[in-house]
Amino acid sequence: MLPGGAFGWLPGASAAILSGTATTLMLIAVTTALGVALSILAAAGQRSGLRLLAFVITAYVEVIRNTPFLVQLFFIYFGLPGIGIRLDPLTAAILAMTLNMGAYTTEIVGAGLDAVPPGQREAASALGLRPALVFVKVVLPQALKVIYPALNSQIVIMMLESAVVSQIAVRELTYQADMLQARTFRAFETYLVVTLIYLALSIGLRRALVWIGRRKLAVDAP
Amino acid sequence: MIEFTLWDIVRNLVFATRWTVLLSLVAFIGGATVGALILLLRISPYPALRLLARGYIALFQGTPLLMQLFLMFFGLPMLGLRIDPWTAAAFGLTFFASAFLAEIWRSGVDAMPTGQWDAGASLGLGRIRQLRLVILPQAFVITRAPMVGFLVQLIKSTALTSIIGFEELLRTANAINNATFEPFKVYGFVALIFFALCYPLTLYARRLQAAEVKARR
Repeated sequence: MLPGGAFGWLPGASAAILSGTATTLMLIAVTTALGVALSILAAAGQRSGLRLLAFVITAYVEVIRNTPFLVQLFFIYFGLPGIGIRLDPLTAAILAMTLNMGAYTTEIVGAGLDAVPPGQREAASALGLRPALVFVKVVLPQALKVIYPALNSQIVIMMLESAVVSQIAVRELTYQADMLQARTFRAFETYLVVTLIYLALSIGLRRALVWIGRRKLAVDAP
Repeated sequence: MIEFTLWDIVRNLVFATRWTVLLSLVAFIGGATVGALILLLRISPYPALRLLARGYIALFQGTPLLMQLFLMFFGLPMLGLRIDPWTAAAFGLTFFASAFLAEIWRSGVDAMPTGQWDAGASLGLGRIRQLRLVILPQAFVITRAPMVGFLVQLIKSTALTSIIGFEELLRTANAINNATFEPFKVYGFVALIFFALCYPLTLYARRLQAAEVKARR
């Protein structure tokens, strides 16, 4: 194998790699926003005192956490059309990623909510804030601050897991790698380059999240 | 076309599950073996070896498992080994597991009070024997819960080997689905089987965790 030839395809592949990277980052950004929102609702629901609601949420969390993401993705993309719900690949991927991430972050957010001392809630109520406002303005910000490092890890893990959505033809980074290696016949070299890009993405994403936490949320670096 | 009854679908899926279980066991045992070596490097007195182990762990924890499997699948033949899904899957998951297990055990070693090392030293034990007789046995015990937790993650991860062509549960499901056109049932059952494998272990990990918390009080 010629060392010059092994990576000769790389300059011509930069557009595909860039577009795949952009899609991967878009997927994780959307998933993070939706997943965290879902888990705030779910964690609050678990603590609402409504038995049935709490049971349904717990069942959702356990089912997702004890089955593979790839199976969840296939169930949503291939399985749901069987009962008349047809989704395009991108929507199916975002739905699967959101449901998966939401299950893990529900546990994290829940632990954060439990960590806020009850005195905070009582003090806010004593000031005449409505219960919804107590939650949004007093409890949630403190909980988020506590769980921010754990949330970051989950975001990075989800970004790495998102590689499998290539299997339903979402044109993210891994999909582009699959296409490239079929064209260049340099499978190992192609996947090596893309693996290193993922490594850089996970390091970069983690740094960015820590930076945002420190600047915007006054979270101490983990 | 062959007619598949519901029982045929279930029977074939349950039958294919043995490969999922076998691969999980091989990867867990292989990962524990390689992971123990990585752990020794990670807590070595030599900074260069520690750095090497940290780089190894960061590499496997910072890249998608799917990429690691692809690199095994296409990389092993370059080392003169045959392209074979089982070999690539077993090696890929072993290295993946070794990085995670080494990191889990490292947290256990870190949790040991220095007094434990000192006590070993005062008995005239060298560093190796301090590790073998005093530190590691305790570190393994206090990290049982995260170890079982990781086993759950590993079992779920075996589904990815279907992509490189290993005939485990999910790949069998894909084939059955292509024959029956009943994806809702087929993938539903696959999820159910994975749940049946993983959930008891999750509960066990939780019990170990609770016992650990109680023991520390």
